[in-house]
Order: sequence, then structure tokens, then C-alpha cells
Amino acid sequence: MEFRRCKWFFGHAAAGMMVLCLLAAGPAGAATDDEALGIKLAKQAVRGDKHWTTVDHSKIELLNQKFTSGDQITQACLSCHTDASMQFKETIHWTWKVPSEKPGIINGKAGHAVNNFCISGNAMEDKGCLSCHAGWNGVEGEVNCLSCHGAKKFSFKEIFADLAAFEGDDDPDIQEIVNDLHKGIQQAVQNITLPQRSNCGECHFKGGGGDGVKHGDLDTSLAKPNRMLDVHMAEDGADFACTRCHTTVKHHIAGRLYTRPAAAERKSLIEDDMATKITCESCHSATPHKAHTKMNDHTDKVACQSCHIPEFARVNPTKMWWDWTKAGKLKDGKPFVEKGEFGKPTYKSIKGEFKWAKNVVPKYYWYNGSFDNIGIKDEIDPQKIVEVSHPLGSPDDVNARIHPFKIHTGKQPYDKVNKQLVAPLLSGPKGFWTTFDMDEAITLGNQTLNVPYSGEFDYVDTTYAFPITHMVAPAEKSLDCIQCHTRDNSRLAGITGIYMPGRDKFAIVDTIGLIAVLGALAGVTLHGLGRFFTRNGREE
Amino acid sequence: MAGKTMTNVYLYTRFERLWHWCQALMIIFLMITGFEVHGLYTLMGFDTAVDLHNFIGLFWLGSFAFFAFWLIITGEWKQYIPTTRKLFDVARYYAWGIFHGQDHPVQKTPGAKHNPLQRLAYLGISAMLLPVQMVTGLLYYLYNSLGDVSLAPIAFIHTLAAFLLVNFLIIHLYMTTTGHSLFSHIKGMITGWEEIHDTSKIQEWETKATRKT
Repeated sequence: MEFRRCKWFFGHAAAGMMVLCLLAAGPAGAATDDEALGIKLAKQAVRGDKHWTTVDHSKIELLNQKFTSGDQITQACLSCHTDASMQFKETIHWTWKVPSEKPGIINGKAGHAVNNFCISGNAMEDKGCLSCHAGWNGVEGEVNCLSCHGAKKFSFKEIFADLAAFEGDDDPDIQEIVNDLHKGIQQAVQNITLPQRSNCGECHFKGGGGDGVKHGDLDTSLAKPNRMLDVHMAEDGADFACTRCHTTVKHHIAGRLYTRPAAAERKSLIEDDMATKITCESCHSATPHKAHTKMNDHTDKVACQSCHIPEFARVNPTKMWWDWTKAGKLKDGKPFVEKGEFGKPTYKSIKGEFKWAKNVVPKYYWYNGSFDNIGIKDEIDPQKIVEVSHPLGSPDDVNARIHPFKIHTGKQPYDKVNKQLVAPLLSGPKGFWTTFDMDEAITLGNQTLNVPYSGEFDYVDTTYAFPITHMVAPAEKSLDCIQCHTRDNSRLAGITGIYMPGRDKFAIVDTIGLIAVLGALAGVTLHGLGRFFTRNGREE
Repeated sequence: MAGKTMTNVYLYTRFERLWHWCQALMIIFLMITGFEVHGLYTLMGFDTAVDLHNFIGLFWLGSFAFFAFWLIITGEWKQYIPTTRKLFDVARYYAWGIFHGQDHPVQKTPGAKHNPLQRLAYLGISAMLLPVQMVTGLLYYLYNSLGDVSLAPIAFIHTLAAFLLVNFLIIHLYMTTTGHSLFSHIKGMITGWEEIHDTSKIQEWETKATRKT
């Protein structure tokens, strides 16, 4: 008997173990690595990342001359880097133009593209925009190499103006000052670097006219971020410069160009070691999480950014709303500024009303890397909210992922008769910021782009989408399943074309289910009560 | 009742009982975790519920194969052959006779553990509902490796069948109380021995396992 019992126990135990082993070998895999593949690959990709060079710019005689203009500096650069300027002038950073998919339409600040911030660059006629153009003097003359390659911010324009003012003055005191100024210029010119975050950030952190106005995931907090804000750029993290991902070929910098995607295909460096590093997958692969985890199943539909950037504008606020209808109010005949929360302007006479926000939860859309945009020549329907720039993609598109976006909303002027957005001229003596005359500003602005203006304008609601891709948080700060897989307030409530467990249900299934369960409960209750009151028909 | 003798019959072997309770446990845990994944409530958290559901589901699928093998080899599958004989008698008993002190028209025997209504119900459950649940569950689990497949129809069937299983569980639990005493059926499934009314319908060969007391 004892022996039989033992046999019985071990028999069952053995059978149970077999089942367990079969199951464990299947889905769980033989071994689970401590380190996720995506981390392992990324570590390899940045191994030996120290840049080294054979040139010490402070030892180059040519750079010890007494420069009196920016163009002279660039000529000195070009004496060695012969093709640099030629290359750069072909890029969108110089031209501010990029071909669009629509015939005859050019995107870019100098083209037909508009936004719902300062609206248009007016074919570079709006001189206020040119502070961000990488030339010494707007589009005239030479490239300012030091905008991107100067290790220290240096106000050349002011120094050159001072030098010009002192020219011809023989006073020894003045001469001393002049010598100091030249020394300062020489030091700046000899202090050369590959572009650092602060170089790119000088324009890209401040796009739209101030810190954090445009992108939401790009602002001055990224000049010296910590790991919590951005694991890649963090000084206590990987300390990436922008060009670590935005790789460069002949001064063309990888990245999305208006409607055109940043990368034609998703490839990791394993598949193609010369691939651009602009996608997360380049370094992290398409299965970045620990082997056999459900997260790896998500990467065919969900962009990495959707979970790994829980909120944007986590340190500095970003502008979410810009209402041009309110622009032009004056106090005592003078323009004024009102400041609100975060110490940011909520009203400016020259621009209108603003709303700012911090720790913003993104909006999510299907996105295949391309955008659809509405330029100055496109017809709009003023009855609807005009999506000036909006991501393209659908659930059926194999290249599309669910991706996070900042949606900047606002009201901006449009031509009531031609049903087109308009491009008011803002800066300069005849611009809106001086005259506060919107009608005249539109007339002049549209002229710069050779687009007719009917003379009648009104304001229309518009949105402008920015992909959220910077400010990647540490893994432990990424989203929980429940942020999306939930019936109410799912982050992906607006995403259609897929069935998401936890978020979705079929009303008919739940109704039938409820009837089946409640029906069974009611049935057995009634039956049981019947038996209780009839005492099962038994007589005592 | 009086005058009728009670007799103990050995109905369920150790393996059957072990399988029954293991499967019961697995199905109940699958229900608890599954309906959390469905978004009906929050108990252990979505990710824990998913992981547990996947693990138990796969374990169930694997162990069910052993059970099916056992059914075939031992010939116990014959217990599930449906019959209409006495089907309506049984139905009438539960609708009428049970309230009027009548005897169950079909007594359990080791050769026929299930009455005609049970046979039909268990055949439906074991041959239809459970396999549907296991197959759709597996498809749900492997969905990402299946290529261009939509999750919606899989989820539709899997969720619907889950509700039907809850419906079964409620009725099943209630029916355990309809033995000659409230817990006699449950006792039978725990010890293997069930006390039933001795009837002449039980042949001698069927009661040879009867415990001599």
C-alpha cells in the first residue's frame, strides 16, 4: 500500500514535470539574458565613442590674422576645408527650401510652407527670421561655419561693429582695446568643435521665437540634461551630441524634412552597418526588450517613443496655443506683454495670446514618418480645424507606428475669398510688429511669395503636429500597460483599426455574457429557493 | 426515502479527481485573470494578469493533452457519448420531480458516471467550449507571429466563450448541491466514493467495488 502510494505520487509528479518542461521550453525560451538586446546593441554602438583629430586649430597661422569681417573668417576656413561652403549651401540649413511631393510647391521657411507660430519666413524677406540663418549676413555672402562649429558662443556681429567704429583711431588706449578684440575673435575662431547640443540648440531649442515654443521635446533644458530628462543626451548618461543620431553626409543632416521621412526604411546597424542612426531601431534593433517579453511584440505597431517618452516639456514649459486674433491690442498706444504661470508671456501685442504647459501628455496618431502639410497655395475649409501639418499613416501601413505628438493649436489669419492661409510680414518697418495693421502685413507678406491676396481676411482654427522623439526617459519611467490597455482614459483612445485587450470590447459579447451570467445566477437561485420551500418534496 | 438503503460507490479514480480539481483551479484562475485583461476590474494589475493568464493557459493546454490521451487509452471517452434515452426524464426531474421528492431517474454507476443531461453538457464543454477556448487562447497568445491576422475575431470568440464558461461554472456549482445531500456530490469528487440510493438498477458487477462497511 505504502509503495503504491509512492508510485502514484511520483507518477503524477513526473507527468506534471513533463508538462512544465514542455511549456517552459516553448514560450519562455531556454535562457533569459539579464541584459535586453536593445541595451546590449546600443552599448556596442557607442563603444569607443571618443572623437579624436589630427588638427589643432590654435596652431594654424592663418587663424592668427586680424579678422575684420565674418567672410574673412570663412575664407580662412575654406583655405583648408575647400568644399565645406559649397556643400553647406546645398542643404536645407542654408536654402530653407525643400521640394514637396506636390508639383510646383516648395516646403521650407523660404518656401510655401506655413505654420501656426510666426506663420511664414516670407521667402527670407522677413529679416527677423534670419537671426537663425547660418550666414554672416542672411543669405548674402558666406556661410558662418562657427554657428555650428564654434565651441563657444561669441557675438561676432557686435565685435565687428565695435572694430569698425574704432577703425582709424590711433589712440594707444583704443589700439589696446582693438588688439583685445582681435585676440577674442582669434580665440573664438581657433576654438573649433563638432556641433554640440548648444550649437544646434541655439536655433532648434528656440524655434518659433523663444525657448520651448515649437517642439515640446526640444528646449534649452537639453543643453545640460540629466538622465531623468533624456537618457541619451544626459551629461550623467550617454552625453550624446545631436549628430550622434542625426548623422551627416556632406553637411546634409539626417532628419525629417517637412513632409519627407527621416529614414526611408527601418534598419538596424546589424542589418546595415552604414545605415543612418536616425531611428531608435538603428542602435536598439526591432526587438530591444529582454527576450520573449510582450513588449517586443509591440514594436511592429507602437513606436518606441510612445512608451518611453511619457510626457514632454518635463523641465521647461512649451507653448500649446497661439491666438493671433488677440494680437494688436495696445495700452496707452503702446504694445505690451503680460506674463503668467511659468513666467512665460501669456499675451504679447505683437503676437497675440499664448498658453503654455509642462509635463504634457502627448497625442497619439498612426505615423509612417511622412507628413501632410498645408502651404500658402493650398485651399482650406475654414469651417473645419485646418491641420497645417499632420502625420500620415494608417493601421494597414506596415511602416506606420502609433507615435506621440505635440499638437500646437491656434488661430491664424486666412484669405476669406481665396480660402488660403496667408503669410503676414511681421518684422521690419512695414511689418505687423511695427504697424499692427494685419491687412497691410498680409498684403506685403503674400507679395514676397507671389501669392495673390483678396484683401479680405479672417481667422481660422489650426493645428500643427510635432513628432515627440527627444526626452527619452529612463526605462523605469516608461509607461505601464494600463496607461493604454484600459477602458477609460486610455492614452490610445483615439487610435482606430486595432483591437486592444483591456481598451476594447464588443458590446454584443459583453451583453450576451452578462445575460448568460445573470441568467444562470437567477436560474439557480430560483431553483434553489424552490427546493428550499418544497423541502425537496420530502415529508418529514 | 425511508426504507431505501444507501450504498457507497467508487465513482472517480485518483487521476480523474486530480485532473478535475487541477482543471477547475486553472479555469477559475483563467477567468479571474482573463476578465481583468478584458478590463472588467482591477485586481492584480494588467501586466501581472496577462502574464499569469498566459502561463496558466499554456499549462492548461499542455496538461489537457495528457488528459485527452488518458481518455482515449482508458476508453473513458465513452462516458461522453450522448444519448437521448432518459434525457427528458432527467430534464423533467430537475424541472418537477426534484421539488416533489421523486428519485433521480438515472443513478450514477462507475460504468455510467454521467446522466444523459450531463453527458450532453460535458460533451459540449469538453469537446466544444474548452477546445475553442484553448485554440483561440493559443491564437491570441501567438497573434504576433501569425502574420496578417486581426486580433478582433479571436478576441470576440475567446471572450464570448469565457462568459459561457462562467455560465457553466455557476450552474455546475449549483448542481453539486442536488445530490441526496447538499455535499454528497462534492464529497464524491474529493474522495472518489459517492453515497447513492441503492437501486435494483445497479447490477452486481457494477457495485463490486462497493466498500464493505
